[in-house]
Amino acid sequence: MLAEQMRDEGDEGEPGTRRDIFQHRFAADQHAVRGALRAAMARFKQEIRAEEAGALELVLAEIMNNIVKHSYAGGGDGTISLSILRDQRGISCSVRDDGVPLPPACLVVPGLPKTAVAKADLPEGGFGWYLIHTLTCDLGYRREAGQNLLAFRLPLGTPDGLDQLS
Amino acid sequence: MKLSAEACDGALVVRLGEARLDAAIAIQFKDQMREVLLQPSPRVVLDLSDVGFLDSSGLGAIVSVMKGLSPGRKLELRGLTTNVEKVFRLTRMDSVFSIRANGPDTALRDAG
Repeated sequence: MLAEQMRDEGDEGEPGTRRDIFQHRFAADQHAVRGALRAAMARFKQEIRAEEAGALELVLAEIMNNIVKHSYAGGGDGTISLSILRDQRGISCSVRDDGVPLPPACLVVPGLPKTAVAKADLPEGGFGWYLIHTLTCDLGYRREAGQNLLAFRLPLGTPDGLDQLS
Repeated sequence: MKLSAEACDGALVVRLGEARLDAAIAIQFKDQMREVLLQPSPRVVLDLSDVGFLDSSGLGAIVSVMKGLSPGRKLELRGLTTNVEKVFRLTRMDSVFSIRANGPDTALRDAG
């Protein structure tokens, strides 16, 4: 597993603006996903509010578990590359993998599975993409050189961003 | 995975002693809950006080456990931490489960 933290005080930034990029590349399995989440949260939890940290961790978990489960469903030695950048607009993330292309349907904002149904018909899945779309903004996807690249932003600073839709 | 069960006031109280209920342990959780629930008790309380993180796989596992209960048995949830409670709320699953409010200590901590 390769974990590194890069500091990029690039010329494009405003003077005095610190641009820290968190980068982590790891095997596409559920335990390595836990490790990546732990590293990412350790890096950012001091800088953002607890609710925002909760939203970030949840969205990253949903995206990365989706890659483990679907993108690399055929097995093999896949890897996931995670980059997180904290800037004035919030938190920008990108997640890359070498698995099968993401089905376009995942990029359409889904409805919430129906919960007003008989017990036997209650949904046990279908929440992941709903949570991803609900908690992020500027969600974008590109298939590039045999890789999936999913990028999104997590808004920061709204008093109760996570609660907007409830 | 740490899962403990004890009879308490006519209910079977099951406490999940894990910091995370996520994709990594969702299947194991379902399997162990199925075993624990062989103990007959009409009322089952799942205590999630130790769980600070729940993802959609973990949520699905809890729903699956609830669906597996025979008619007449009831699953209640208690000890939902802030992050866990939000996942229930965002997915509207808070309307499906009977969720016991946290004690004053927890409320105080969450407000801070």
